[in-house]
Amino acid sequence: MDRFVELENIRKHFDTKKGRFVALQDVNLTIRQGEFVSLIGHSGCGKSTVLNIIAGLLDPSDGIALCNGREIDGPGPERAVVFQNHSLLPWLTCYGNILLAVERVFGAKESKLQLAARTEEALALVGLQHARDKHPHEISGGMKQRVGIARALAMEPKVLLMDEPFGALDALTRANLQDEMVKIVEKTGSTVVMVTHDVDEAVLLSDRIVMMTNGPAATVGEILSVDLPRPRNRLALASDPAYHACRSAVLDFLYQKHKREAA
Amino acid sequence: MTVAKPVAANMPLPRRRKPVSPVARLAATPVLAPVVPLLRAVVPPLLGLLAFLLLWTLVSQLSRGSLPGPVSTWASARELFADPFYQNGPNDQGIGWNILMSLGRVGMGFGMAALVGIPLGFLIGRFDFLARMTAPVISLLRPVSPLAWLPIGLLVFKAASPASIWVIFISSIWPMILNTAAGVRAVPQDYLNVARVLRLSEWKVFTVILLPATLPHMLTGVRLAVGTAWLVIVAAEMLTGGVGLGFWVWDEWNNLNVEHILIAIFVVGLVGLLLEQALVWLARKASFGQEN
Repeated sequence: MDRFVELENIRKHFDTKKGRFVALQDVNLTIRQGEFVSLIGHSGCGKSTVLNIIAGLLDPSDGIALCNGREIDGPGPERAVVFQNHSLLPWLTCYGNILLAVERVFGAKESKLQLAARTEEALALVGLQHARDKHPHEISGGMKQRVGIARALAMEPKVLLMDEPFGALDALTRANLQDEMVKIVEKTGSTVVMVTHDVDEAVLLSDRIVMMTNGPAATVGEILSVDLPRPRNRLALASDPAYHACRSAVLDFLYQKHKREAA
Repeated sequence: MTVAKPVAANMPLPRRRKPVSPVARLAATPVLAPVVPLLRAVVPPLLGLLAFLLLWTLVSQLSRGSLPGPVSTWASARELFADPFYQNGPNDQGIGWNILMSLGRVGMGFGMAALVGIPLGFLIGRFDFLARMTAPVISLLRPVSPLAWLPIGLLVFKAASPASIWVIFISSIWPMILNTAAGVRAVPQDYLNVARVLRLSEWKVFTVILLPATLPHMLTGVRLAVGTAWLVIVAAEMLTGGVGLGFWVWDEWNNLNVEHILIAIFVVGLVGLLLEQALVWLARKASFGQEN
């Protein structure tokens, strides 16, 4: 399906004490089913706002947002979100956090046993069976983020939305999780929209990179197709000229064409 | 996050000697090493108590016996606690009964305040309209001394014991309402976004997110409420009479038995401390590693 997620002339403004702030203007974007799209831009460019509009957590002020041919009306489990700061409930174990989502999505149709199996499967997908009964405060930041990803994937969403999923992690953990994400996406074939400000991450993971201009009234500046073959390997890519071409295209956009004045 | 300074590893240590405290010197001897943390924990409070006893003795000496010293108070306390549960008529009962009666009243008033205050706090925290609606009344009534409510209680209930329970109720309801409401308002938006993405039912939102997220705040309210309730009960019972610590204090004042008054002060303090500690412990259990 070629027009799985569709944003048409999206505009979003926020009414603040200092008056109206236009965050997004004329945002047009279509995402194919099974595609991995990254939104990249300087901070404050409204990339998270775009993601939240697809998630349904924010309503566009103007324009149309469609998913699977239907207008997006509020959030829902078919558009699962991996939040920037994991957002696990601290009083539930890793297992409990995932089960909460699984129960909500599949609880009406499936037996307790099947739900438990789905939960275990999700934990296994991110390699966290050993942390099954731990609470979020007992595990590392990277592990929490993995549980967040497992929770989102366990919902079998039509679209997986990730808001800077690895932003709060140290470089090594981030690289590990990116590699895992590459494998998971290849295995599940999910449609993914990811907000990031990490150029390497965007190139490594994406089929297309949507580069956004600086706000206010930010919009889609350029879209870069990343035609690198999959499965992708971090080490092999390091010496691949095509990889570097993609990388410099994004860097060029961010630091030449739309350089942000130092605040 | 603590990061060890890499400098210390390969640089010569400064020559200047720091003065070594006696405790640190003790810690250096291997046999005593495990005892040191214990000493550190126990010695300062013991010294504090000792200083207090000394001061007390001094004041009692200076007062030429009108204020009993620690020794005579201790003797009197041993006598009193030898038979804590005797009953010689309605106005002369053992210290145990007095404590239990006071605790019972606090429990009743406090329990009812929790039953009313916590749900009310949830509603006020969840619905802004309700918060604005109740704000003027709560702000007006909250600073009123709980004892001012005693005559109303006596008027309505026509009996001493329910009137003091009423006073406890009114004094402990405010912290529970306000802290629960603040707790509900402080539930992180992230958790609520999770609920929105999952489209959880209102009931599930309450049981899985609001209630556990609010629990630490709620328990703070409960702790403050118990503290106030225990402060107020002594005063209320002084005014109403019957059996209870407050009444006992007043009775012993009429008997000019100052030792017993001092004992009552210690008992009130000790019970208050235990209540507080129990709730602090409970709050820690309920915090799930969240900062509170």
